[in-house]
Amino acid sequence: MKISFKGGVHPPENKHLCKGLKIKELPAPETAYFALQQSIGSPSEPVVKKGDSVKRGTCIARATGFISSNVHSSISGEVIDIKKHPHPLLGCARAVIVKSDGQDTPCGSFQESDFSAALFDKNKILKAVSDSGIVGLGGAAFPTHVKLNPPAEKPINTVIINGAECEPYLTSDHSLMLSSAEKIVKGAILITKAVNAKECVIAVEKNKPDAIDLIKKACEKYNNLKVIAFNVKYPQGAEKQLIFSVTAKEVPSGTLPMDVGVLVQNVGTANAVYEAVVMKKPLYERVVTLSGRGILNPCNWKVRIGTPFRNVINAVGLSGETVEKLIMGGPMMGLAQYTDEVPVIKGTSGILVLTKKEALPFKHLPCIRCGKCVEVCPMGLIPADLSKFVSGEKTDEAKEIGLLDCMECGSCNYICPSGTNLLQYIKLGKYELMRKKNA
Amino acid sequence: MLRDKHLTVTVSPHIKTDLTTEKMMWTVITVLLPVAAAGVYFFGIHAGLVILVSIISAVLAESLCLKIMRRGTAVTDGSAFLTGLLLSLCLPPEIPLWMAALGSFFAIAVGKQAFGGLGYNIFNPALAGRAFLMLSFAKEMTTWKTLTRFPDSITAATPLNLLKEQGTDALMTVYGSMPHLYKKLFLGNVGGSIGETSAVLLLIGGCFLIARGIITWHIPVSYLATVAVISVFTGGISNVLFQLLAGGLMLGAFFMATDLVTTPITKSGQIIFGIGCGLITMLIRVRGGYPEGVCYSILLLNAVTPLIERFTKTRIFGTQKQ
Ligand code: SF4
Ligand code: SF4
Repeated sequence: MKISFKGGVHPPENKHLCKGLKIKELPAPETAYFALQQSIGSPSEPVVKKGDSVKRGTCIARATGFISSNVHSSISGEVIDIKKHPHPLLGCARAVIVKSDGQDTPCGSFQESDFSAALFDKNKILKAVSDSGIVGLGGAAFPTHVKLNPPAEKPINTVIINGAECEPYLTSDHSLMLSSAEKIVKGAILITKAVNAKECVIAVEKNKPDAIDLIKKACEKYNNLKVIAFNVKYPQGAEKQLIFSVTAKEVPSGTLPMDVGVLVQNVGTANAVYEAVVMKKPLYERVVTLSGRGILNPCNWKVRIGTPFRNVINAVGLSGETVEKLIMGGPMMGLAQYTDEVPVIKGTSGILVLTKKEALPFKHLPCIRCGKCVEVCPMGLIPADLSKFVSGEKTDEAKEIGLLDCMECGSCNYICPSGTNLLQYIKLGKYELMRKKNA
Repeated sequence: MLRDKHLTVTVSPHIKTDLTTEKMMWTVITVLLPVAAAGVYFFGIHAGLVILVSIISAVLAESLCLKIMRRGTAVTDGSAFLTGLLLSLCLPPEIPLWMAALGSFFAIAVGKQAFGGLGYNIFNPALAGRAFLMLSFAKEMTTWKTLTRFPDSITAATPLNLLKEQGTDALMTVYGSMPHLYKKLFLGNVGGSIGETSAVLLLIGGCFLIARGIITWHIPVSYLATVAVISVFTGGISNVLFQLLAGGLMLGAFFMATDLVTTPITKSGQIIFGIGCGLITMLIRVRGGYPEGVCYSILLLNAVTPLIERFTKTRIFGTQKQ
């Protein structure tokens, strides 16, 4: 099945900025900052203390509670402190700081070995995934072992491996598919096995024909695996839109993909699952797109988790154009940063340095009721009214017309000719609702 | 090193289309320039002055209001310019200049700024201005100029006037044959308002705006289709083309009824809006006291737009339609 979801926009892709898609390896940093909060849920708890020596791959913090994940050191050296440090999502949060000994000694061999899905059963896969601290690498960073273990009354029929990468600028998933198609496909098979699904679909946008070919080739040896190429449209990679495009099923408002028997995992996550299960390698590095017109030579880097953004940027240097914004993630949903001291976390798909020309603050005129935001909203909302209600402090009315259904894709805000900060009001409204609920 | 003082921090998204409100307004204006030029070509220099005076008056009124009311918007957004231009295009070519100026001033000051300015007005300002002039100066607003520059232009009355007052036979006597009449309507050398004569220029302009995503097809198509269907029932197949091409319908359907601010925000609402306009236009043309009903039909539908919006909510993804 392949159908188009409603709405969506076509922002300039700017993926060509990354010349060539070969992944370069960034040297391990001298000091790494491991945020204890790497994923959605509760922060992990350190299991090391100041003065301890760690190796590459050593678990330094353990998951607390159900929705939480382990954290591993990405370098070898000594724990010099555990304290607050700038955090790309939270502003400032507790982190384990490790100073490198320059040896980069690993705590295991992390070798590939013969692969046969039959070697691994559900429990083995789940344990490896959970031990290795794997979270969704698409950006949302939800702990993967939780997603792989849905309640028994909600069986998974279809696994979708998300290689859409619909965010402009980002090419990290694309380059990973080129370099590691085999691993991704094997990871997809492990994920499918873990949830006992009938079929697995790998979904890629058509602007990556080379990746589609490679993945297709890698799939040939296996049954129940299918590759679907989608037309380019943002947000094709959004979970609910992707599920609709593949299965024609709408995830009912207020429920989760598993309620329609679907599990979505990003291609990077599939790769990490393979590395964790087969190579016994914890998640301590990932591919990060470094791009934007503020960067001299945009390209994809394999970066150790915990590396400060500054190190990544300095690896190539700035282009010299006036910098306006530093962003973690893509330009549509990414988070603006206030300093380049923040470290790479597991959910860092990209680091963008945008110039004044690319990301000028919007000039704000009154809403002219043009309906463009309505036309593009993939969730069928009326963003103009949402923002009107929230700005008039009527969050309850906003909730009635679907405030909580907004997935914050930013399409409405992108298209609005009057420059209304629709998403800002929508996020504010959600925050207000939360506050009211907790009060 | 990148630090706070260099970095702007906002919520996402960080990029934006370059199709801004200003750009949309100026594009519509550009598309209307040939239409205005055709008006001057057919009706002479006075028509040009009417257009100019109307625009200047609108822009002055806007600047004045913005200053007095300390609004944050700028007159350069093009909306006032557009209102002045649109109003002039639906005025008779012989209208005294001061009337055009007054109508234009009313359109901006009362039709737009009194409601709260750009984005807040209920009625299409240009049409509000025209309705005001119609009520105040009925005679001047219905006096049509003879196209003296064209030897075969025999009458001053607009085709719709003729049809209303003297019937189809009179129309035939004046224009000879139906195809002859269509040709004139299409190209524009017929009596009428400055900008409503040449259907072909309006059509091209309208299609261009649709292609550029500045307006959508929903209102013009549903409007024109409704008019076409009703004219079959009221005058047979031969009536259809005449009703579509005559009067202010093309100008109204593509440039007035598509005014973003005063029409429904949802697609289904826009279709209802278009159908409503078509129904009322034909009701006035066939049964009403005026020969033309485009202006009042759009104003009427403007008034019920909030009501239409209430009943045309979108369906939220993952929910059933209520
Ligand atoms: S896109 Fe912007 S101007 Fe248009 S209706 Fe939505 S909020 Fe208003
Ligand atoms: S309202 Fe929410 S879901 Fe809809 S376009 Fe805007 S950000 Fe996306």
